[in-house]
Amino acid sequence: MWKRYAAVLPANPWNWVAVWRRNYMAWKKAAIASILGNLAEPMTSLFGLGFGLGAMVGGVDGIPYVAFLAAGMVATSAMISATFETIHATFARMHAKRTWESALCTQLTLGDIILGELAWAASKALLAGTAMMLVAATIGYASWPSVLFALPVIALTGFAFASLAMIVTALAPSYDYFIFYQTLFLTPMLFLSGAVFPVTQLPDIFQQLSHLLPLAHSIELIRPAMLDRPGGSVGLHISALCIYAVVPFFLSVELLRRRLMC
Amino acid sequence: MQLLTRANVSSSPSRRPESNPFKQECHGHNNADNSLFRSKSDVAIELTNVSKSYGDKVVVDQLSFTIASGECFGLLGPNGAGKSTVSRLVLGMAPPDEGTITVLGEPVPARARLARSRIGVVPQFDTLDREFTARENLLVFGRYFGLRTRELEAAIPSLLEFARLESKADVPVAELSGGMKRRLTLACALINDPQLLILDEPTTGLDPHARHLIWERLRSLLARGKTILLTTHFMEEADRLCDRLCVIEHGRKIVEGRPHALIDEQIGCDVIEIYGGNPRELISVVGPYAQRVEVSGETLFCYASDPEQVRVQLRGQTGLRLLQRPPNLEDVFLRLTGREMKD
Ligand SMILES: Nc1ncnc2c1ncn2[C@@H]1O[C@H](COP(=O)(O)OP(=O)(O)OP(=O)(O)O)[C@@H](O)[C@H]1O
Ligand SMILES: [Mg+2]
Repeated sequence: MWKRYAAVLPANPWNWVAVWRRNYMAWKKAAIASILGNLAEPMTSLFGLGFGLGAMVGGVDGIPYVAFLAAGMVATSAMISATFETIHATFARMHAKRTWESALCTQLTLGDIILGELAWAASKALLAGTAMMLVAATIGYASWPSVLFALPVIALTGFAFASLAMIVTALAPSYDYFIFYQTLFLTPMLFLSGAVFPVTQLPDIFQQLSHLLPLAHSIELIRPAMLDRPGGSVGLHISALCIYAVVPFFLSVELLRRRLMC
Repeated sequence: MQLLTRANVSSSPSRRPESNPFKQECHGHNNADNSLFRSKSDVAIELTNVSKSYGDKVVVDQLSFTIASGECFGLLGPNGAGKSTVSRLVLGMAPPDEGTITVLGEPVPARARLARSRIGVVPQFDTLDREFTARENLLVFGRYFGLRTRELEAAIPSLLEFARLESKADVPVAELSGGMKRRLTLACALINDPQLLILDEPTTGLDPHARHLIWERLRSLLARGKTILLTTHFMEEADRLCDRLCVIEHGRKIVEGRPHALIDEQIGCDVIEIYGGNPRELISVVGPYAQRVEVSGETLFCYASDPEQVRVQLRGQTGLRLLQRPPNLEDVFLRLTGREMKD
């Protein structure tokens, strides 16, 4: 059992790059549309929610609502982007398009392929998060240069959510099942993680719960970076995100081994 | 040039094409040809008592065979016999329930990755990347083997030429015909200059030209010393290419041997195919004069050492069409996996 698992783990630290490059090559063909989409999405959420709600709410914690929301939206867009890439595009490559099947005939292991897909989803999350941050920066809600600290956090956030979504991908018989993950996991997380309103508004039990949520940790890191404020417990938040990135990855390798290599 | 030799060969189906100069001369006359394997490194694939079940369905059942380096080994059997499953087991894409598999000296599945780095695969169903052109497919696939872009760019033109796809290099895969895709899949399988090729029905769905082209390509690969595990439903293909073959049914080995040894052993006399009448009625007419008769669809296969006798019996019957020919692998296949087996 353990031997079979060991045989499908990533073979070396660089094999995954080939899978990443395959996805990059395919993405390049529609890069313009993808980038425009990534820019349009923050416009709607920041301007729509930010200014609309902002006018009613006024300020949060002594800053304009849009400034508060911007960090939440950066983390959220990384979450959504990584998740959707994994449960839709990656699922298609694994399932209908048989891209993985051809890769499995080569010296790549299943672990290499999964790692490449996760790295790719994290890259797309970085793109989406950065686009959101650029829009926030142009309207003056991202402080330079502290905002640069947010970039690695966005990538890590993307990796963590891709990793979690990979478990869903491994277990889902078809696309229809992804809706459960969205409605039962992602949407509540959005409201419990301090993305659109401060966690302190929540009842105590939900505040406790939010300490377990990866999005909350991501926002705790990104918000101070964007507002150039001192952040607390940086080590804790980064460790939490790392756990969410690593543990589901190793679990998904086993789940996908059972699914594909039986 | 090669087209001419090919035409000669196909005109006499009962004769083997010229033997491969790279092969050892010791191909003996019996099936248990142990002299083939001079040492461990001469063994490309070895399966020992391998079994595999899905649920309670046994798909591969105590299967053992050994393939020597440089040999073309055919895996034949009816639909669902377990041929593709054997390929998956050999590639380490599925673990066996029982038994041991060694491929290119590596235990599989434990070290299958190392074996796969020296294997080229043509899967039964194309897995080409439809988002890319022919050239890009080769590039992406080559990178999966850890090859550098520069090396690949140098190798790709000759592979495209090998597959006669030079003019299609920049055409998206989605726009290629079935035969072109199959040739591109073969080119992809060669990107890592493999020692061993695992080909699962490489010519199914191809027109005769495309099929002959692939046969010629495979023959040139054998001449370069490659080992091939070939799954096919075309008996002519098996007869032309394979040094030895193995027929399986329900995952079990029925026979193994050299094509012509099998034809001699299993049939050993001329065949008269009779169609145009009711095969069941004809059995009673010709049965006593044939060693064996077999009905397949609307055709009566009559195996007779004295075919004249059979012809005499049918004289006067109108509307019948008779074809007398030497026995071939198809007869072996029908005999082994046909009605007789199941009764
Ligand atoms: N993943 C699987 N789960 C369950 N059953 C399977 C699986 N893969 C194969 N089988 C079953 O195993 C049997 C052998 O399948 P396999 O594809 O190996 O046959 P084959 O000899 O390649 O047939 P064909 O000539 O039609 O390609 C079939 O009955 C098939 O239904
Ligand atoms: Mg098959």
